[in-house]
Amino acid sequence: MNAVDTALTGKRAVKLISGNHACALGAIAAGCRFFAGYPITPSSEIAERLARHLPEVDGVFVQMEDEIASMAAVIGASMGGVKAMTATSGPGFSLKQENLGYAAGAEIPCVIVNVMRGGPSTGMPTRPSQADIMQARWGSHGDYPIIVLTPASVGEIYSETIRAFDLAEQCRSPVVLLYDQVIAQLSETVALDSSGRSSGKQRQWASGPRADFKPYGGEDIPAMARPGDGYRVHTTGLTHSESGFPTQNPETVTRNLSRLFSKLERHRDLIDSWESLGCDDADVVIAAIGISARAARRAVEMCREQGLRVGLFRPITLWPFPEAALRDLAAGARAVLVPEMNNGQLRLEVERVLGGMPVEGLHLFSGEAITPADIAACAAALAKGA
Amino acid sequence: MLIDTAAEFEVRDYLRMEMMPHFLCPGCGHGIALRALLWAIHDLGIDKDKLAVVSGIGCAGRLSAYIDANTFHVTHGRPLAYATGLALARPDLHVVVITGDGDCLAIGGNHLIHACRRNLKLTCLMLNNEVYGMTGGQVSPTTSETRLTTTTPLGNQEPHFDACALASAAGAGFVGREVTHHVPKLKELIKAGLEHPGFAFVEVLTDCTEIFGRKNDMGSSPEMIMRQTSGIRPNAYRNTVDTPFRPNNLPTGILTKNDRPEYGTAYRRAAAARTGVS
Repeated sequence: MNAVDTALTGKRAVKLISGNHACALGAIAAGCRFFAGYPITPSSEIAERLARHLPEVDGVFVQMEDEIASMAAVIGASMGGVKAMTATSGPGFSLKQENLGYAAGAEIPCVIVNVMRGGPSTGMPTRPSQADIMQARWGSHGDYPIIVLTPASVGEIYSETIRAFDLAEQCRSPVVLLYDQVIAQLSETVALDSSGRSSGKQRQWASGPRADFKPYGGEDIPAMARPGDGYRVHTTGLTHSESGFPTQNPETVTRNLSRLFSKLERHRDLIDSWESLGCDDADVVIAAIGISARAARRAVEMCREQGLRVGLFRPITLWPFPEAALRDLAAGARAVLVPEMNNGQLRLEVERVLGGMPVEGLHLFSGEAITPADIAACAAALAKGA
Repeated sequence: MLIDTAAEFEVRDYLRMEMMPHFLCPGCGHGIALRALLWAIHDLGIDKDKLAVVSGIGCAGRLSAYIDANTFHVTHGRPLAYATGLALARPDLHVVVITGDGDCLAIGGNHLIHACRRNLKLTCLMLNNEVYGMTGGQVSPTTSETRLTTTTPLGNQEPHFDACALASAAGAGFVGREVTHHVPKLKELIKAGLEHPGFAFVEVLTDCTEIFGRKNDMGSSPEMIMRQTSGIRPNAYRNTVDTPFRPNNLPTGILTKNDRPEYGTAYRRAAAARTGVS
């Protein structure tokens, strides 16, 4: 049985695979049946895997002429009712932003993988980074909600890819899967087991009489009309009313954008996800994502061995930021340390959430991953000084 | 041979009348092109529920909202890319793209050449009015040389783009051009494009009276339409009097037609042949 079969049948199999490979299999398991992409290091293996596997499950893979077209084609496929994904890295992620904003505004479910590499610009294509934390949240113009997931292991890439599709469908939102080059190309053993993980969630489809259907009606996440089902609705990137047609009426605009801006907040129970370690008695809480969080986990052990009370807070859902959890877990701490492979992005958010608490950054943008020893040294200094 | 089905075609059956009045300027040719498209759809008996219209940004891009079908008004220059995803994911839909000269040839030029090359079943209707009308009359890739626009106050120095030659060279299976002057001929051309099994590119020469025509002293809307075929030139405008309204060498009718394999069919056939192979 090959890996795709495993992903489909839900039978358990342990495989040694890379993060990007796990992402492709997670997508298949989640019901993704359309992928459009453009080659870019270090994410190309996702496209290569899906080019092989999608035809095996009656799906479609297409390599488009550029990153912009890939994002557009994914939204087009999703508007047609098919679960769709694209994958890229920093420069390509920048190019996708306009259409990503369209998906957010028109509320089209889709999944975008961004394997972070060193930047700015072409940067270091084969080296890791975590410098797209803010771009993933704020990259497109205008105000909009978005979900960003940050897995930290190959196994978690698999399960979070599945969750990304579920959230995209349930929340009618683009979901960004954000991870770094290290775990993208790291090989680890993964238990491929979609049963119990893949809920196979689908967006709510329009039903009932056409005359009663409002494409953007209601107070929550609206049902979507599938082309061919007789609703014949209009979808636009222009600010629209409940009817789906463009409007500039101030009250209508305010009402509809308010619903859009608050829709993820209303579903925090579905979206929020984090992991914590030893925060209960911690003097110092380390907040980190991705490969930096894995180094931080070891750093916590090293500090504990020295008798220092250090804990770890790891957002798995990065945006919307699990702020209540961080406030709660860091309530007893005297300082927070944020190790990240950038010039201080996660730290900004942590500072905002913890308003006034001492927050120290450990920032590395040399194209290397941060070591447990470096984090432990920083955390120990804070713990001793605290 | 033109089949006259005008008597049995009621354009209101295909329009969202609740969207009227439309926003097009008096004298704009886009409404004529839209009517020809809907007439062609009527003639072919295409089910509105199975019709998907994807449009970009600009005056042409706004037309999709008036069509009683599954309509998608997407980002500037990208309707062909959105439509590619939609048509690949939903081969049961009849996907039509409405785009303008700026949308299709400038910001969206890369998507056009690759859509032509890929040959996915899509019909692309490019309404060429030689100008960016929505943004107030800037020069476009199809603006004739020496024309005045808000961004060519010295007269346009760039040669105009021959979109049909581009589409043919890029491999489109069906390429045609027609003028809004002759609606039945335009309708028949669009019909032929809709019936083509692969990618069909149809350029419609249409007029922007209010912004482009006024700036270039080209007269009323009927006068501009008459120029499309009669070759009438503006008799006096600074030193540009020798420039025809359109370059005289733009041919009309079906310009390219071949039966290259349609991409979606070829992909699915290849996938089916591989099924079961791990």
